[in-house]
Parts: sequence; structure tokens; C-alpha cells
Amino acid sequence: MAGTAVRGRLTWQVATVTSVRPETASVRTIEFDIPHWAGHEAGQHVDVRLTADDGYVAERSYSIASAPGEPLELTVERLDDGEVSPYLTGELRAGDEIEIRGPIGGYFVWDGDDPGTPLLLVAGGSGVVPFRSMLRHRARTGSTVPVRLLYSARSLPDVIYRTELDMAGDGAEVVYTLTRQQPPGWAGHSGRVDAELLTEVAWPGDHRALAYVCGPTAFVEIVAAELVSLGYPPDRVKTERYGGVAAP
Amino acid sequence: MTELLYGPDDSALDGNAIGGVLYEIFGTEMTTADATCGHCGKTTQVAEAIVYLSALGAVMRCRTCTSVLAVVVRKQQMNCVDLSGLAALQVS
Repeated sequence: MAGTAVRGRLTWQVATVTSVRPETASVRTIEFDIPHWAGHEAGQHVDVRLTADDGYVAERSYSIASAPGEPLELTVERLDDGEVSPYLTGELRAGDEIEIRGPIGGYFVWDGDDPGTPLLLVAGGSGVVPFRSMLRHRARTGSTVPVRLLYSARSLPDVIYRTELDMAGDGAEVVYTLTRQQPPGWAGHSGRVDAELLTEVAWPGDHRALAYVCGPTAFVEIVAAELVSLGYPPDRVKTERYGGVAAP
Repeated sequence: MTELLYGPDDSALDGNAIGGVLYEIFGTEMTTADATCGHCGKTTQVAEAIVYLSALGAVMRCRTCTSVLAVVVRKQQMNCVDLSGLAALQVS
């Protein structure tokens, strides 16, 4: 039952779509208005619940794409065999209502409180979504924390938030690697994230950097293990897995 | 109990994925709670555990030894929770 948020409880709330905009051919960013939204931290997620006419219920978790203080935005990739994402990316229009509960999570959160700790973000595909929230939070708060985002995507048209990421600047570096298709004259990296690329891009292990890794499960396992090999203490490598979606 | 022979597969998620249902059950943020495996004794944050989701609910396993730590089954409007694989669950 959706209802008014009660402090200290996590309740389903009715969220009204205020806009839907395309990010790539298969990815949409949806902005919501939620009357009693308590606000969120960068890196948190929400649960989305859809109820069919016959009572069938499907729930999925989606990372929050917007910064703390901004209206709630979710960026959703359409999975062709999915139950929820085809509806969210294909059917949802401004004015529609869905049920959301959140914000959820305290582990995969960046609060930006430690200016002396460089930040390493490693994204596979739509795993970049929580990092957009962190990068926007960093910019909005005037943080000077040095940050590097290593973003693995299938091809340049599959890069989400490309215009925004290309303007990151000011202590924020964005490095792309394209795994399947590179445009003519592509001067960036190609292929999967591996030890060689991480050695080149990641802050050295002795920098006491904080690393966040988000993407398909296989991607996260490989990247997290490589970072530990590079000298990152395991408790400085925070991970969030999206499961068995196609590797970016 | 069936052990995983080769560790988590590509469909495995992690404890972040059950942050919502655990909040619903315990009434507080749980992904940063310390979970101690009743089998191998390793303590990690809930977010770091292996989690499998299905239409029936969630199974949470130890990332070190893959033993079952917790099972949550949704029935009607009710969550049935089995925490017998945990030696301790400490909210930070």
C-alpha cells in the first residue's frame, strides 16, 4: 500500500513522472515528483514496484541518477527480456504514476566528507548511474576531491551521460574504454577493463584512494580483484553488482 | 544444504540488492550491518554478501565460504525470514 512516508520506516510512495528523456537508444532518464521524498545520498538506490491488472507484482532496484538535493531521477536501461525495464523505458510518460520506496543503502554511498581521499569510480555499462549522482554531488558542493571515472561501454553511442561527462573537468577525469566497436580515429582505450588499464588509470594503491565499482556481476568481480592486486585494501573497494546483464 | 561448487555465478547480486526488503524487515538501514557467518566465522558488511534473487525471495550467502546466511521468502504480504546461518548480525 502506498502512503505517506513515516519517519524511520520505508514505505511505498506514489511517484509521478515529470519527464522522460533519452540517453541512448536503450536508456532513458526518468524524473519523478514524490510529495514526501526525504532526500537521498549519492550512490543510493530505490525499489520500483509495478502491479499488473491481474495483481501480479514485479519489483526491481534502480540506482538514483540525480544528486542529493535534486529531484529524484532514475536512469534505466531496457533489457529486452526484462519484466520492468521495457515498461519504464518504453511506456512511461509524464504524468504517469508508479510506486517507489527509498532511498535505500548506506554502503555504496559517497558523502564527499573526506577531501583528502581521491575517488576512483569504475563503471561497466549502466553501472555509471550512481556515479553520475556522485559526480553531480561533487560539483554542486564545490568539492575539490580528485576523481577519476573509468567507464567501460560497448560503443560510443552506448555511453550514457556523454555530454555531461565530457564537461566534467575541474579535478574530474573521465576515461572511456569501448569494448565492441570504436569509431574511426578513436584515440581512447579499447577492450575490457584489465590489469593494464587499471594500472594506467587508477590511483596507485598507496594513495589511499576510495574505489567504487558498479556494473554487471562478472565485470565487478574482475575489477575489484584487480584493484586489490594493485594494492587497494579490500575495505577501500566498494562494489555494487547488477547481475548477469550483457557485459559492457 | 547445497554448497556452491564454483562460487557465485553471473546472476549473483550482492547485499545492496536486498537493502529495501531488509529495511522493511528490520526498520533500519542494513547494508552496512556486520554479518558474521555461522559456518566460517567471517564478518563482512551485508552489502558484501552474495545474494540470489528469485520470484520467491532472496538467498544471502557468505562471500568467503558460500554458506547460506539468510533466506527471505515473500508470501502474501508477509516476509518469512530465516537467519539461522548467521552467528551475529550487528547494526552499526
